[in-house]
Amino acid sequence: MSGAEAMAVVLFGAVTAYAIFGGADFGAGFWDLVAGGAERGRRPRALIEHAIGPVWEANHVWLIFCLVVLWTAFAQTFASITLTMFVPLSIAALGIVLRGSGFAFRKVVPTVAEQRVFGAAFAISSVVVPYCFGAIVGGIVSGRVPAGGRAGDRVTSWINGSSIVGGLLAVTVCAYLAAVFLTYDAQRTGARDLVGYFRRRAIGAAIVAGALALIGYFVLAADAKHLHEHLGGRGLPLVILSTVCGLAALVLLIRESIRAARAFAVVAVAAVVWGWGVAQWPYLLPTSMTIERGAAPSGTLVALFIVTGVAVLVIVPSLALLYVLDQRNVLEPGQPGAPADARTPPTTTGN
Amino acid sequence: MIFAVDPLPWARAQMAFTLGVHIIIVPLGVAWAFMILVAEYKANKHGDEDARRLARRWSKVLAVTFAVGAVTGTVLSFEFGLLWPRFMGKFGDAFGIPFAIEGLFFFVEAIFLAIYIYGWDRLSPRAHFWSGVPIVLSGIGGTAAVISANAWMNQPAGFKLNAAGKVVDVSPMGVIFNRAFPYETAHMLVAAYLVGGFLVASVYAVAMLRGRRDRYHRLGFLIAFSVAAVSAPLQIVVGDLTARAVFRDDPVKFAAIELVNKTGTNVPEILGGYFDADGNVRGGIKIPGAASLMSGYSTDTEIKGLTSVPARDRPTYAQANIVHWAWDIMIGLGSALAALSVWFGFVWWRKRDLPKSPWFLRAAAIAGVASVVAMEAGWIVTEVGRQPWIVRGFMRVEDGATTDGNVWITFVVVVAVYAAVATATILVLRSMARRWRAGEDPAGPYAPTPRSK
Ligand code: HDD
Ligand code: HEM
Ligand code: HEM
Repeated sequence: MSGAEAMAVVLFGAVTAYAIFGGADFGAGFWDLVAGGAERGRRPRALIEHAIGPVWEANHVWLIFCLVVLWTAFAQTFASITLTMFVPLSIAALGIVLRGSGFAFRKVVPTVAEQRVFGAAFAISSVVVPYCFGAIVGGIVSGRVPAGGRAGDRVTSWINGSSIVGGLLAVTVCAYLAAVFLTYDAQRTGARDLVGYFRRRAIGAAIVAGALALIGYFVLAADAKHLHEHLGGRGLPLVILSTVCGLAALVLLIRESIRAARAFAVVAVAAVVWGWGVAQWPYLLPTSMTIERGAAPSGTLVALFIVTGVAVLVIVPSLALLYVLDQRNVLEPGQPGAPADARTPPTTTGN
Repeated sequence: MIFAVDPLPWARAQMAFTLGVHIIIVPLGVAWAFMILVAEYKANKHGDEDARRLARRWSKVLAVTFAVGAVTGTVLSFEFGLLWPRFMGKFGDAFGIPFAIEGLFFFVEAIFLAIYIYGWDRLSPRAHFWSGVPIVLSGIGGTAAVISANAWMNQPAGFKLNAAGKVVDVSPMGVIFNRAFPYETAHMLVAAYLVGGFLVASVYAVAMLRGRRDRYHRLGFLIAFSVAAVSAPLQIVVGDLTARAVFRDDPVKFAAIELVNKTGTNVPEILGGYFDADGNVRGGIKIPGAASLMSGYSTDTEIKGLTSVPARDRPTYAQANIVHWAWDIMIGLGSALAALSVWFGFVWWRKRDLPKSPWFLRAAAIAGVASVVAMEAGWIVTEVGRQPWIVRGFMRVEDGATTDGNVWITFVVVVAVYAAVATATILVLRSMARRWRAGEDPAGPYAPTPRSK
């Protein structure tokens, strides 16, 4: 494997991490959006808030990492994508602003009316942003982003069959992941009613995602020949892996083995992302830009490998620490720095 | 498409606007984290409950501003591609490297900020204090990394262009440690501590002017103002070194700074004043020989003028005027802030107390805004002074820009959204302050949800 190819693998690794962690985060926003009125949605929203509260920011740094690797290692590809996908990328960028600030502000403001405004900004953009990303991927895999410093069609490059399927699939997969994670969180924090609530939604989202994937397979057959061909060829093992894990997760959800379901769900989603990468290989932009041709000189790649190595050594343990802490109970009362009111279990709050 | 226009001025305006907003938040992420740790250290060491209250509240506010910093920073990342695709396509191989390192630091910063805020009730006081240290360090590292990218635009290094004009032979060390890296980084880091300190102190100065002079407010003011008061005089020294380095490395920018049209010796320093359309200096106060004297310790020092390079390779006279005025503003405010710091330092040294004069608190109250203005002015010197280059000597701004005629739409939308976010930020912060005064404890981002009424 050449340096450029190895870098492409790193890039796909980061995309996978973003799809799973960022995806679950977006999906939580989706369930927030559809949780109903202030009273009815109070408990699910409180759980969502509790679940993503400490980690939402860290989850999104994966996006920064993906962007940075793309523009440094594969600069011309980055330029081609941004030239063609000006509109959906601009919408996504603004969506990210509204989402992040909406989420942060909602937590702080006192009145329900204010919380609603910021909550709406957070929840709506949680759907819009993944849709845009999915639509962009759809445009890329269907060969609508030309290489070579010129823009593709600014409208049909992201409004077309593959893009619509890509966008909807992205939103659904996010919702699915989030529902599975939230079911687990509900179980862990002892909120029995919410276990059923999110479990039902996870099962629903799984079915919709499966159906969309199936439709997508036929859309791609007509619209994205290169990808379709290789999904059925060298990508097939991953497609099968994803299907099997998705079904296993579904069965486990129905049988209420949430913890195991969570693991299978993650693998199912990761396998889809990898299937995309493997089927698209060796192109970054099918079929006009290959990984080799679009790659930076070796000095740059070496620097990026070092950064990646340091990231694995530093970021992974830090993230683990954060996730562990997130699951840990508060300090005993009476210890310095622990006010009495901070021991409330999270799922009983939010009124 | 709908109403296509020349994208270039809009792309410039959008880049400048979004950067100008992001940079206001940055000093808080970099320097406030440090002040929070100072407060927490006092709290842990001396059982000082006022200091603990400060550290807790500050960290909650920091969580809000950090979120705004993160989203505005993310927009910048998108904009490099959206507004400057041809620049990124050609130079991303080199220019991108510092950003990869920045990404690492921001990852660490985001994770530990969450740990810190989440950990108030979950970690022992000692462990909690240490969980804040990586925030401070990664703030410094992240800033150095981004500034390295900006410095590279001013002093490109560490790569070669082949016959086809493609970047080859990238040396990452050469890119990162370009000539402008040390002085821009030092100057910006000191600026971050200076601005962060004055901004926080100004809030407490206003509160004290309104009569809230208890120990809690005084302590908040003192911690923040001390950080600023150390930084401001230091910044004069660092700025001076920076100016000399620019004189050496980038004579055209220096000519714009000093309003020098024709190369010469015994060049006067001009306060105010401007170039007319023909490059003659109008107005202003001239200090004979001073510019030469300050750049090379002798009035015989030769200073290159704008006309030493062809007109198309240098800023226009209008741009030079902007650079010069921004320069005067930075120097003027920087000197005033340093003077304020010296006043404070002197009185504190003699009496262990704040200066009694009401003018001290009044000045401290506006110092926050003044320091932000100084920093923005400094950036205008750097960025407008680089014109017409996006990569000095290698690529012109117009060759790097997008060709999409719809940029004006995104510009308008971005300004509207940022105005909304800025308004919301201010309202939210005020509401937090109000509730603290009323004895409540509002929740903050990243933090566990407290029980509400
Ligand atoms: C609070 C802020 C602040 C203060 C008080 C000063 N500066 Fe500054 N200055 C900045 C904040 C700043 C900055 C952070 O905005 C810039 C923009 C880029 C950079 O590296 O620092 C800058 C740029 C900048 C440049 C251009 C650097 C370049 O283009 O590479 C010069 C020559 C100076 N400064 C010199 C000075 C001097 C002689 C000062 C003495 C009073 C001074 N600055 C005070
Ligand atoms: C790492 C930091 C920064 C980077 C990489 C950066 C990069 C850029 C780029 C690519 C452009 C467009 C090309 C050009 O017009 O020359 C630009 C322009 C500009 N930037 Fe920066 N910038 C940085 C920091 C800042 C900050 C903090 C400000 C604060 C206000 C700022 C102010 C401007 C202005 C005013 C322009 C427009 C100049 C003109 O077109 O006349 N920049 N910057
Ligand atoms: C002028 C120089 C700049 C400095 C000193 C600076 C510094 C910082 C700092 C300290 C943060 C931490 C967040 C906070 O404190 O609110 C931050 C956030 C961020 N900045 Fe900047 N920045 C600069 C310009 C840029 C530019 C040009 C980009 C474009 C790539 C950028 C991208 C980001 C991103 C993506 C984040 C969010 C990181 C996260 O999610 O945690 N910054 N910046």
